[in-house]
Amino acid sequence: MNHSESPKQNENPGLLTHLGAVRWLILGFFVWCALLVLTDLIVHRHLTFAEGLLPIEGRFGFYAVYGFVAYVLIVWGSIFLRKALMRSEDYYDE
Amino acid sequence: MSEVHPALILLAGGLFLFCLPTTPRRIVSVCLPALGFLNLLTIADGTLWHITWGGYELTVMRADRLSMLFGYLFHLAAFIGAIYALHLKDRLQIGMGLIYAGSAVGAVFAGDLITLFIFWELLAITSVFLVWARGGERALRSGMRYLVMHIASGLLLLLGAVFYYLNTKSLAFDHIGLNEGHHYLIFFAFGIKCAFPLLHNWLIDAYPESTPVGTVFLSAFTTKAAVYALARGFAGEELLIYIGAIMTIFPIFYAAIENDMRRVLGYSMINQIGFMVAGIGIGGALGINGAVSHAFNDVLFKGLLFMSMGAVLFSTGRINASDLGGLYKSMPWTCACCIIGAASISAVPLFNAFISKSMVMQGVADSGAVAIWLVLLFASAGVLHHAGVKIPFFSFFAHDAGIRCREAPLNMRIAMTISAILCIVIGSYPPLLYNLLPHPVDYVPYTTTHVVLQLQLVFFAVLAFVVLISTSEIDIYLETQKKRGIVGILLLIGKHPPELPGVNLDFDWIYRRALPKSIRAIVRTGGPLVNAFFQNGKALVRKLVMGVQKRHDNRGLFGRSWLSQSNVLLAIIFLAIYLIYYF
Repeated sequence: MNHSESPKQNENPGLLTHLGAVRWLILGFFVWCALLVLTDLIVHRHLTFAEGLLPIEGRFGFYAVYGFVAYVLIVWGSIFLRKALMRSEDYYDE
Repeated sequence: MSEVHPALILLAGGLFLFCLPTTPRRIVSVCLPALGFLNLLTIADGTLWHITWGGYELTVMRADRLSMLFGYLFHLAAFIGAIYALHLKDRLQIGMGLIYAGSAVGAVFAGDLITLFIFWELLAITSVFLVWARGGERALRSGMRYLVMHIASGLLLLLGAVFYYLNTKSLAFDHIGLNEGHHYLIFFAFGIKCAFPLLHNWLIDAYPESTPVGTVFLSAFTTKAAVYALARGFAGEELLIYIGAIMTIFPIFYAAIENDMRRVLGYSMINQIGFMVAGIGIGGALGINGAVSHAFNDVLFKGLLFMSMGAVLFSTGRINASDLGGLYKSMPWTCACCIIGAASISAVPLFNAFISKSMVMQGVADSGAVAIWLVLLFASAGVLHHAGVKIPFFSFFAHDAGIRCREAPLNMRIAMTISAILCIVIGSYPPLLYNLLPHPVDYVPYTTTHVVLQLQLVFFAVLAFVVLISTSEIDIYLETQKKRGIVGILLLIGKHPPELPGVNLDFDWIYRRALPKSIRAIVRTGGPLVNAFFQNGKALVRKLVMGVQKRHDNRGLFGRSWLSQSNVLLAIIFLAIYLIYYF
């Protein structure tokens, strides 16, 4: 397109190329997640559903586990789906 | 009191743009949506304009809170789109883009089914030019498939309107419902434009084939006009809850394996429309408010994501995840805007989807539909995967693809910034949007419970990504340290698959591959049979004709001249037989 490769900005190595910085970021993120799930112990929670409809919703870490597991399932599902459905880029042009 | 139809300024102005030279065209293109918006502000709630046409009374304009909300939204989207398009020199994209926006405005203000049909078809005809604007055979073919689907949607709507009139003697576009068979014609007319499952391929097929500017315009209007039409005509229909749930769930798997970033956003769009459709199916104040507020927010955050990916395509000439990476160094502004869009669509607190999607979720929970709610919650985590993480991470971070390009043009950055600011402002101050909704809002999004639970869902989904993407490194680390330990358990979860180039088969495989192939096969194998049939038939007819000819020519049995004695003899013989038989 109009603005193709320009070598001028090649000098910027970028913050995230430093492995140390990335490790600190990931460590900070793990701590943040741990704190988030621990808030379940101190925050009084109101259930989304009427009493008794979905009691598991009130259990410790339900949303955290659901989010984590859903993400992993999507990745696993996508690996299977890719095997079943992926074709070469010019499949429809053949 | 306004005397100008809300769609007229964009429709006529868009046409006028074709006559203007570049600089005035750029100025006018931005002024038109602003002017249209000011005109909209002068229209009082409850205004109805009727005309009589061919003996039918048509309501060409009906302004109420629902139509006004979409009117504001479409003018806002046209304004942002016009800024995003300012660098363009060609007339087609901006001119057609604004006429297309005007058609969407006309559709949401249509008070009867015939006016709706006219704007419905106008939406199709104007938008296809935005697909074709890219040029080349792929865009041309994709645009043709897009046009066929949308014209079919219009014809279904017209047919439905005719049946509706014959049964009710009314053309008014109010609540229709699904209590009569012919109402399904209108339902599926809206369903095509709304990208219902199995009717969704036009969106995935055509939107990514358009230009960067074209896709931004396309993403804002057609599907949202269809969401409006469903909210107007089919609110509270249970079927929509199930359709919506399916729409939220299947695209997240497709988006996960898709390589073209704008196609990922196409699937993501169906996923988000699924939440809106489910909300409309729930109906009531909470469901409808949730659905339409999410439509409003979707135009902003999805527009922002499409704009950022459009900027990437514009600056690098690439759009496949497998070709991108490390762009945050060259395009930091676009990267920041994209991250805001990703946070918004993921419904992170303080961003706009948080205040709208939660209304739909609460509506579903209040209806007691546990399974549907769990599906929608799963889909919410799925949004994190493709839009929250995949789009920004594989474009701007991940491995450095070595692309060093210029940042997007200033006008693109301004348009993205406006959208990003609106995403945050609406997310942080919900009354700004809640006060415009069709029903009074009795919902508080910012409770401690809701904020904490949403943060847990979002960040633990991201945690899963971090673990999956890190497992390769963990594997290497554990190998070098010669110990497995508790960290080794993480390896059981697996690794994040790399982005790969390719085409993924979807339902359009039926009409793009299977049907043409079957027809060709039938012609190939059936052709000789057909030929044999016709050749044998011809020989048979020829034989028959020759036989008749033979018996009727000069020497034939029936054609030759018989002697009169022979005829007399024959008559006597017949008479004798008759007499014998009589006695």
